[in-house]
Amino acid sequence: MTIAINGVRKSFRRRGHAPQEVLRGVDLTIDSGEFVSFIGHSGCGKSTLLNIVGGLVKADSGTVRVDGQPVAGPGPDRAMVFQNYSLLPWLSLRQNVRVAVQESRPDWKRARVDEMVERYLTAVSLWEHRNKRPGQVSGGMAQRAAVARAFAVAPRTLLLDEPFGALDALTRSRLQQQLVDLWDSESETETVLMVTHGLDEAILLADRIVVMANLPYPSVRTTIDVPIPRPRNRTTIVHHPAYDGIQKQLVDLLIADNDVELAEAAAA
Amino acid sequence: MTARDATPSAVAPAADHSSGPTLTSAAPADGAGGGIGAPTTSAAGSGSRSAASTADIEVAGHRSPATSSRLTALGSRLASFVVAALWAVVGLAVFVALWQFATRGSTAVPGPLDSARTLGDLLSRPFFNTTNDKGIGLHLYISLRRVFLGFGLAALVGITLGLIMGAVRPVWSALNPLVQVLRPVSPLAWFPIWLYIIEEPAQSAVIVIFITALWPTLINTAAGAGAIPRDQRNVALVFKFRPLAYLWHVLIPNALPSIITGLRLSMGIGWMVIVAVEMLQGNSGIGYFVWNSYNALELDKVVAVIVLIGVVGLVLDAILLMLSRWVTPEEVHG
Ligand SMILES: Nc1ncnc2c1ncn2[C@@H]1O[C@H](COP(=O)(O)OP(=O)(O)OP(=O)(O)O)[C@@H](O)[C@H]1O
Ligand SMILES: [Mg+2]
Repeated sequence: MTIAINGVRKSFRRRGHAPQEVLRGVDLTIDSGEFVSFIGHSGCGKSTLLNIVGGLVKADSGTVRVDGQPVAGPGPDRAMVFQNYSLLPWLSLRQNVRVAVQESRPDWKRARVDEMVERYLTAVSLWEHRNKRPGQVSGGMAQRAAVARAFAVAPRTLLLDEPFGALDALTRSRLQQQLVDLWDSESETETVLMVTHGLDEAILLADRIVVMANLPYPSVRTTIDVPIPRPRNRTTIVHHPAYDGIQKQLVDLLIADNDVELAEAAAA
Repeated sequence: MTARDATPSAVAPAADHSSGPTLTSAAPADGAGGGIGAPTTSAAGSGSRSAASTADIEVAGHRSPATSSRLTALGSRLASFVVAALWAVVGLAVFVALWQFATRGSTAVPGPLDSARTLGDLLSRPFFNTTNDKGIGLHLYISLRRVFLGFGLAALVGITLGLIMGAVRPVWSALNPLVQVLRPVSPLAWFPIWLYIIEEPAQSAVIVIFITALWPTLINTAAGAGAIPRDQRNVALVFKFRPLAYLWHVLIPNALPSIITGLRLSMGIGWMVIVAVEMLQGNSGIGYFVWNSYNALELDKVVAVIVLIGVVGLVLDAILLMLSRWVTPEEVHG
């Protein structure tokens, strides 16, 4: 799926406050098969942009086209992993995944549904905890269940909002590998949009890194290509000649953004 | 370990700073295991302490933290229960004494002893049934039947309609003004209309209970179904939940606690209103019994039935409360 974002603007209005401009004219085209990471300070609108692509939030103006068609609403072709996991609290982890698969893939046979549920719950090491409810597992486990749910519906595009944020380093790197495998393989999943706070994670996974910024430039600041050949390996990737340059560029951008913010705060 | 081994001198100064009794007694509870050092604090501190924290101190002396804290919890709960029960008895005793005092010398208004005797009398043959008189048990049964019928009907309609109202915005907008206008109307005001239409007092009474029970159930259900957390709605949207899955996995579980609250309110008001309806409608039921006793100037029976009505109402509410405890999910996060 090609995702074309054109001139997307979004402000949030709250009663008693001036409108808060979160996205000011975002232009971005993501080609089919691309893996794009989004990075930026907290509150700069990464989740908002992802939600707009997902169809959960309406942009004030501008368009989002998926394969040329304007986004009409959410759907399982753009499955999301929400930042706050968003599991249904009354259902077991298995039920959470299962219901999502059943509902979004009504044409799948029971056996296929069961197979996908088991495959992805196993992939995130939750099969033995499948009968626990979200309230009975740790934050990291809930997050893995949310990842399994999104993978299991075989979406063409995955929208991931800090999907590995609550995980320990080991689990995270295993899931990163699984994510790349899923995306790389013959599966339906072609395109991945992933919000992350980890610079290393972004460089390890993405073809392109989109750097977003806060006010006074609430938009896409730059996009940085990651020309490191795949398969990538977290230990060898750091020796690639491009690695240090990219990392420095990212850090500089984030610090610059931070400085602007601090200056704003001081002026206010 | 560290906290308990703390020397009194290390702990004592803290007690000096927190002079208020609330502060000192809060410390051991908040500090959990570490708070075991608190006995020293309290020993050095003021003497005014709650029963629960006194138990803490005694058991902590035995020095087996894990079991002792559990025992302490159990013990202090038992202790506070006993204390509460004692106070309940005191309250009742004072009330009865005042009642006795107020009705002394009166022949018409019954005192507690007369009323208790009458109650025992009524309960001794609850189901007798002659052509012009019935036992109190039968009247109770008749009233309960009416309440359950009206309540059940109201639950069916109220929950269904409430879920639709909560889930579908236009339906909410269409019905809400109507509901808001009709809700404050005393359900008894409808009685003449039903009586005229149905021409059957017993059924009219059921309809009145239905109306009574409908509003709280409807409004609470709609409120619960209308307040689905945004992230759950998003999940349903992204994964294209079909109506049945949305109903079953999102709408009902979220609305359930408020549905039960609505049912509880409905039952409470229904049980109150039935007495009034039966007074108007007049041939059976506890309301009729009350009115009939008044007409025969047997106020002792009225008082006895008041006690019965109260107890039955309490039991009904307790049943629904149990239901609500049962359906309310434990701590939920994520
Ligand atoms: N529904 C909403 N109503 C009002 N303001 C909102 C809403 N959603 C987001 N915002 C505001 O928009 C800004 C961007 O939010 P967003 O969640 O997109 O940030 P983010 O980049 O994902 O941050 P983080 O890294 O902390 O997740 C924030 O300042 C937030 O307060
Ligand atoms: Mg976010």
